[in-house]
Formats: sequence, structure tokens, C-alpha cells
Amino acid sequence: MNTSLAFLPELVLMAGALTLFVVTLGQNTGAAARKTALFFAIATIITTGFCLRQDASLFFDAYRVDLFSQVLKLAFACGFALIVLLSGNLPDIREDIKAEYYLFLTISVSGLVMLVSSVDLITLVIALQVSAFPLYLMIPMRRERAGQRGQMESAIKYMMFGIAANGIMFFGMSYLFGITGTTLLPKMMPKLQAMTSSPIVITGMALTFAGFYYKLAVFPFHFWTPDVYQGASNETAGLIASLPKLGAVAVLVRLISLATPDNSTVAWLLAALAIASMFYGNLIALAQKDFKRLLGFSGIAHAGYALLGFVALDTAGFSAAIYYVLGYLLMVLACFIVICKVSADGVNVGIEELAGLHHRSPMLAITLAVGVFALAGIPPFVGFMGKLTLLSAALNKGFLTLVIIAVINTAIAAYYYLAVIREAWFRDAGNLTPIRLDLPTRASCILLIAGIIAMGIVPGRLLDTLSVSVAKATGAPTEIVLPALAAGPHASH
Amino acid sequence: MSSYNDSILTILIFAPLVAAAALAVLRSEHALRWLALLFTTAIALVSAPLFWQFDTSIADFQFALTRPWIPLFNIHYAVGVDGISVLLVLLTTLVMPLCVLASWRYIKVRLKEFMVCLLIMETAMIGVFCALDFVLFFVFWEAMLIPMALLIGIWGGPRKIYASLKFFIYTMSGSVFLLVALVAIYLQTGTFSIPEIMRHEFSHNFQKWVFLAFFISFAIKVPMFPFHTWLPAAHVEAPTAGSVLLASILLKMGTYGFVRFSLPMTPWATDYFRPFILWVSVVAIIYGGLTALAQTDLKKLVAYSSVAHMGFATLGIFALNQSGLEGAVLVMINHGVTTGALFIMVGIIYERLHTRDLTQAAGMGRRMPVFATFVGVFALSSLAFPGTNSFIGEFLVLKGGFEVSIALMICAVPGVVLAAAYMLRMLQRIAYGGTNNPDHSKVADLSAREVLTLAPLFVLVFWIGLNPQPFVTIMKPSVARLVEQAEREKVQEARPTAVQRVRITGISVSSSR
Repeated sequence: MNTSLAFLPELVLMAGALTLFVVTLGQNTGAAARKTALFFAIATIITTGFCLRQDASLFFDAYRVDLFSQVLKLAFACGFALIVLLSGNLPDIREDIKAEYYLFLTISVSGLVMLVSSVDLITLVIALQVSAFPLYLMIPMRRERAGQRGQMESAIKYMMFGIAANGIMFFGMSYLFGITGTTLLPKMMPKLQAMTSSPIVITGMALTFAGFYYKLAVFPFHFWTPDVYQGASNETAGLIASLPKLGAVAVLVRLISLATPDNSTVAWLLAALAIASMFYGNLIALAQKDFKRLLGFSGIAHAGYALLGFVALDTAGFSAAIYYVLGYLLMVLACFIVICKVSADGVNVGIEELAGLHHRSPMLAITLAVGVFALAGIPPFVGFMGKLTLLSAALNKGFLTLVIIAVINTAIAAYYYLAVIREAWFRDAGNLTPIRLDLPTRASCILLIAGIIAMGIVPGRLLDTLSVSVAKATGAPTEIVLPALAAGPHASH
Repeated sequence: MSSYNDSILTILIFAPLVAAAALAVLRSEHALRWLALLFTTAIALVSAPLFWQFDTSIADFQFALTRPWIPLFNIHYAVGVDGISVLLVLLTTLVMPLCVLASWRYIKVRLKEFMVCLLIMETAMIGVFCALDFVLFFVFWEAMLIPMALLIGIWGGPRKIYASLKFFIYTMSGSVFLLVALVAIYLQTGTFSIPEIMRHEFSHNFQKWVFLAFFISFAIKVPMFPFHTWLPAAHVEAPTAGSVLLASILLKMGTYGFVRFSLPMTPWATDYFRPFILWVSVVAIIYGGLTALAQTDLKKLVAYSSVAHMGFATLGIFALNQSGLEGAVLVMINHGVTTGALFIMVGIIYERLHTRDLTQAAGMGRRMPVFATFVGVFALSSLAFPGTNSFIGEFLVLKGGFEVSIALMICAVPGVVLAAAYMLRMLQRIAYGGTNNPDHSKVADLSAREVLTLAPLFVLVFWIGLNPQPFVTIMKPSVARLVEQAEREKVQEARPTAVQRVRITGISVSSSR
């Protein structure tokens, strides 16, 4: 196997970052930087697609290229392109630093891309920081407005919480290293499995997960979420809301698989966090007036739903969680594309300002409706299929109460999602100036809608691929992929 | 003919969706109306052969088609109809063109979106009645919420947003429990196939919980007595077509859910909870009747009468005997015909007077003889006057109910009298009014379009009323098998209110395949 080919997507992204660095040296190069970023995003999509079937271990086995990582890299590349597209010409970023914005964006994505391949604690930490540090810088790049410096507060919050969570994670990792004497996850796994019930293992694992709970915005590491969404510019919030969560879930799959096949303490810990996240996110979202804050709180709730898959501690659960977060990526980007286009000058969008959207731009209104109904978990959209897989994974392991709490939360959440629909579809406002969409935006809207519906009604191929790749990545035997299927003879008409 | 048999249901399910896509690119409002009418009528005509081609000698699902959909979870695209659902499918396709006609002048803004929503509704509604895979069923069941909420929320009355949100949240909170039940059943059986699940025996405790989850979901949809509060709000605010769809089709989904899922899948729990549900049904009949008696808003009046009528339907279903269930299915169809027509009548009044107030409508019949005739017939049908459709349904339900418990029926029968009271009160006001009626001299009688809208329902009132046999024949084997399935596990053999076991001799009750 040609190992340099396995590393090709990362190389393309790094080349992109270097090129962008050169671009930033010029003056007023925002537009050029955008084109460069878009070019490299598309190049990454193509190369990742080309390297999808690569299988290799690089850098002394610290870097694992397998189907699992490649599928996620493809998702990152597509998300990267979508974010460049939806950010338009960055209306809320100062003219002279627009090029730098794209540079940091590219570096952050390259960090995420490396994150999903990391199977060594040190590589993991480095990749995580490479993805996180640019974000710390991108948040305060928002333009200052009279009487509002929210972006600074947000940046500080994001950074402080990030550092605190990382500190907890390092502490946990030191335990894991101390017990097993290795930083390589594949070597760590059999050693930990031999002593699953020991308190020190559980403490170590629980603390290690914290760093990724923070990225995913799981209770109690969620405090930054609403403020950062509100303080960061619309495009940055769209980025923070989508790609890092996928990265976090991917790493959690590798880390939590250390607790497989059966560690009830870890499972119950995850269940408790899931319950707290769902209730906290959904109940507080009910009272929100700012659309981005609402998405922030709903994001906390969705992190809780995603944890349902981890509670199961098996391949079906892990792949359900990944599937759900992949769907979440599309749903939340559909919402953010609307936010970015509704707010022409980059200010935050209140829910009431969506009034009359169906009149101003039917395309955006439909995109919003699809995204929001999908978030609410209504079929035929991906939110429903994702929930179905998550619930069946959790229920299969007997977490009936947890599942019932989750569906009650779905019902609670319907209210605030409907509030968004109410404004966009049922109300007419004074401001009825039509919103003009350029061709790339229209194309992205249609792609997002198509993706949300397609993942909702024909999930077969993707779910198959995910469960096979997750089984390989976590070292689980493929037979246990679908325990439920063994239960009865199926209809093969 | 076999290709017709295989594909007819699939065509019926997806043709409206294709039609909706075709309408979405049109610009002319005139063309929109005519094309929507053309499409819905064509679909109704295509569905009509189901009635004649349906094999009335077997209880199996017919016109069935199964294709793998999501193999990983053993989910299939499986459709088929039995004697109960085929009637509901036909009712749906019949009502749709009437909805388009009733919206001809009523809908003035965003007509294209309106027609697209109606057609998407049709896909979802036919899908619900045809689905033989639990996930497929649930997808249609939930997907319906979106267009219906839009129908109420965009084209509704003054409190449309409140009504729309209430409808959506009520229904959704119910159906999330259905989702849990669905997953739980899958984990027990390894299949989502409805016919296979029906054959599976679940433990009593499992049945109890699944039944409760079913019950919350379906009872909200029916709506049964304590869960009915979304219904008057939704009916009052919805546009005419929305009210008609709600009354004629959506409410039937709740009772259909009981028939398709609760009874055959959780027979033990059905029997266990039966006394409770029977009494709740009686409460709904009396409560709905009393409340309807006090209304001056015509739509509210008809809405509360729906609560009472659906009480008869659930009463018949949980009587768990042949005549009770046959009666319940007939009540479902009749209610769709009669109440749908009454809502169209209210829409006609509203288009002329811009109010639905009974006192404002007083004496309209003096100026509008054709209108008065229609109101008269449908009001009589609604109060189950002999010779009209509802009489047969309610008679069978009462007969079935008497076999279960006489005390229960003594409490339920006043509901029939109440129905006469509130309907005759309405009829008297509209047709004659008092001595000081509002001035209706400028009000025109029904146009040809409006007569055309009501005519099919008018015909059905007397067709079912005078010759119910074809309808009963179609559903008989399916109902017989349902009784068989529901009675396979009784809580105890000799209950004080034990149902007389209905003989189903001469009917092949096949467990198929």
C-alpha cells in the first residue's frame, strides 16, 4: 500500500493552508482567499473520495487511515466546502483580515481531518489543538459594533472552557497512560478491558472524555455554547456548530470503545449526561429569542441524543451516533445558511426577524423548514431515521427509561422548532424585501435539502458502510453489528 | 392484471406526490385549480376498481407489494389493504377532489402552496392506510403533520397559529410513544412487518406497556375524551378543506390504529384495559353531545359532534365482537362522509356571511332551498336517522355494545338523543330561524360547483343508508379475523362481561404464507 497516497487529503489541506498563508501577505485579498479556500475544499473532496478505500498505519502506528476515518474526512471536506459557500463574502469580518479568516478555517479543518485518524493520545491532543486554536482566533475576528463587543467575551469563554476541559482531559489521559504504560489506543484497549470495573480506569476514562464533551457541548461542558453562537459571526457559529461536533463524536467512538463490550458504570455515566443535556438544552431553548442561541441550546440537546448511541457501547450504537451527527451536520448547516442569507450585514438574527421569509425567499424558507423539521425528528427527514437508529441501539441494551426520556424531549423540542416555522411561514412582517440568492447558495440549499431527505429515506448504504467501518475501527467482531436481527426469522418475500 | 394488483397501491400513494411536483412549477392560478381537480379526480377514478376487484372471500392483505427498503434494519416497503383499510383508502381518494372544489374560492392567497400541501397530505394519508411495515406506517403518520400544520397555520382563521401549534404538538407528543413501541416490538420480533408482528405472541407485561404507548398515540389522534382539546381549536381555525381532511380522514387514523395495531398485536392488554376504554368512549359520547349542544359557532358544534361520533367508533372497536367492529368501521366511513359534508356546508355559509355564528346564519334556508335540502339531509344523517348511513353504523355499534354490557349501553344511548338535539337545533336555526332573522336577501343559493361538491357525499349517505351490504361484505372477513386475533388471549375466560364469542364459520381465517 502506498502510504503517501493515504495521507493525500491531509497534504492537500496543508498545501491549501500554506497557499492561503501566502495569499494573506497581500492586501485586500479576501476574494482571492475565498476562491483559494473553495478550490482546496473541492480538491480535498476529490482526493478524499479517491482515497476512500485506503488502509494504512502511518507515523509508527499513531495515525490510522481506515474506512472509518476516510468516510469522516469526506464529510469534513464537504462541510468545509459548504461553509466556505455559505459564508459568502464574510459581511461581518473586517476587510483586512478576511484572508486570514480563510487561513484559520483551513487550518482548523485540517486539524479535524487529522483528529479522526489519530489513534495515539499524543497525536490526538495535537490534532485537537490544531483544530481548536484557529477557532479561538476566528471568533473575535467579528467586526466590532457600537456598544457590542460580544465577540471578545465569546472568544474568552470559548478559550477558557476549552483550556479547562483540556486540562481535565490531560489529567484523565495521564491516568490511562499510568495504568497501561502506552499512549496507543489499540494497545491500551486489551489492557483496560482486563480491568474494566476498577475505579481508576473509570475515572481515567470519564475524565478523558471531558475534552470531547466540550467540543460536542454535552452537559456540564456546554456553558460556552449559547454565548459563543451568539457572539461569533454567523459563519463562524455555523462552523463551530457543525464540523467539530462530528470530530468529537468520531474520537469518542475510538475512546469509548475502550469501555466495550460491557462497562455498566461508563454506560450509566453516559446515560446521566445524555439525560441532563437533553433536558437542559430543550427546556432552555424554549425561552430563546435569538435564532443562533436557540440553535446553541438545541445543539446541547442533540449532543444528548447522540450520547444515546454511546450508551449502548456496541457497534450499532456507535454507528448510529455517527450517522446522527452526520445528519445533524446537514440540518444545522441548512439553518445556518438561512441565518447567513437573511442577515445581509452579518448581525444576529432574532427568531421574529424570520417573519415573512416565505415571501422574501421561498427557497430559504423551504430550506429552513426542511432543516428545522429534520431537527425536530419528523420523517421523512434524516433527523427521524437518526433517532430511530439511536433509539433502537439504546433500547436493545435495555435502556428503556432513557429512551422514553429521549422521546419526551423530542416532544418538548417540537415546540421551539415550530416557533421558528411559525415565524418563517405563518407570519408576515413589514420587511418584505426579497432576498436574492446567488447560484452557489441555491445549489447549496438544494444539496442540503436533497441530502437531508436522502439520508432520511435511503439510509441503507451509508449505515452499512458506517457500521462496517466502526466495527473495524473499534476492533469489534462484525457479527455483533446487528444483534437485533438475530432475534427472529425475517421476512424475505 | 397482476401488475395492476401489485402496483395499484404504490401508484395511489405516489401519484399525488408527482402531481404536487407538477403543480409546483405552474404559475397560473386558474390552471392550478383545474389541474389539482384533474389530478385528484384521476386518482379517485384509478382507486375505484379497488372496490370491485377486492376479493371479499378472504381476510388477507390484498394488492400487496413488498420490496426491501433498509435491509440493515429489516425494513421493507410493504403495502397492502384488507377489508377495513380499503374502505378508508377509497374514502380518502373520494374526499380529495371535494376538498379541492371546496377550496375553489375559499383560498385566496398562496394557492399553489395550498394545493401542494393538499396533495402531499393525500400521499401521506393513503400511505398510512396502505402501509404494512411499521416504519413505513410511522413515516407517513408523522410526515402528515407538516402539511396539515401548514394548512391550518397559513390559511386558517384568526387564531390559526395557536391552533396549528396545538395540533402539531399534541399529535407529536402522542406519536413519540408510538416510536418507542415500534422499536421495542422490533427488538422483540426482529421485524417491522405488520402481518408478522400480528402473529407474534408477546409477554403480558410487554403487551401492557406497548398497549399504553399505542393508546396515547391513537387516543390523541381519534381524539378520545381527555385528549380532545386540540380538535375544536384545529377545526375552528382550519380552512374548509383542512377541516374536511381532519374530520374525514385524520380522525380515522386513530381508530384505524386501534384496529390495525392495538387489537391484533396486544390482545391480552386490549382485554385488560377494555372496560376503561369502553367507559371513556361513553364519556366522550355524552360529553361531546352536551358540549355540541351549547355551541353557537357552527364549526365548534360539528367538531364536538365529531368527538361524540368517534366515541361510538371506539366503543364499537373495544366491544370486540363482529357487529361492534363492523359498526365501528361503518361509523368511521359515515363520519367521514357526513361530517366532511357538514364542514363543507359550514364553509359555504362562511363564504357568504363571513361568520360561522349560528345566530347570524339563522333563516338562511328560507332564501336557499337547495342549501336547506343538503343541510337537512346531512344533519339527519349525523343524528343517525334511519335510512341514512349513520343509522346502520350506530345501530351495529349499539348492538355490539349490548352484547358486552347493558349498563354501559344504558349510559351511551342518551348520546343518540343528544345528537338529535344538537343537530335538530342547528337545522331548525339554519333552515327557519326565528321571527327576527338577519337579512339574507342578498345571499345566493348554491352554485353548480357547490352542488357538485356535495353530490357525491349526498349519494353516499343514501347508498350506505339503504344498501350497506356491499360495504359490510368487503370488511366482514377482515373483521372476523380481527375478532379472532383480539380474542386469542383473554384475561380470564369467564369474565362477568365476557363477550359472546362470535362464530366465524365459513370464513377461511388464514394465517397466510
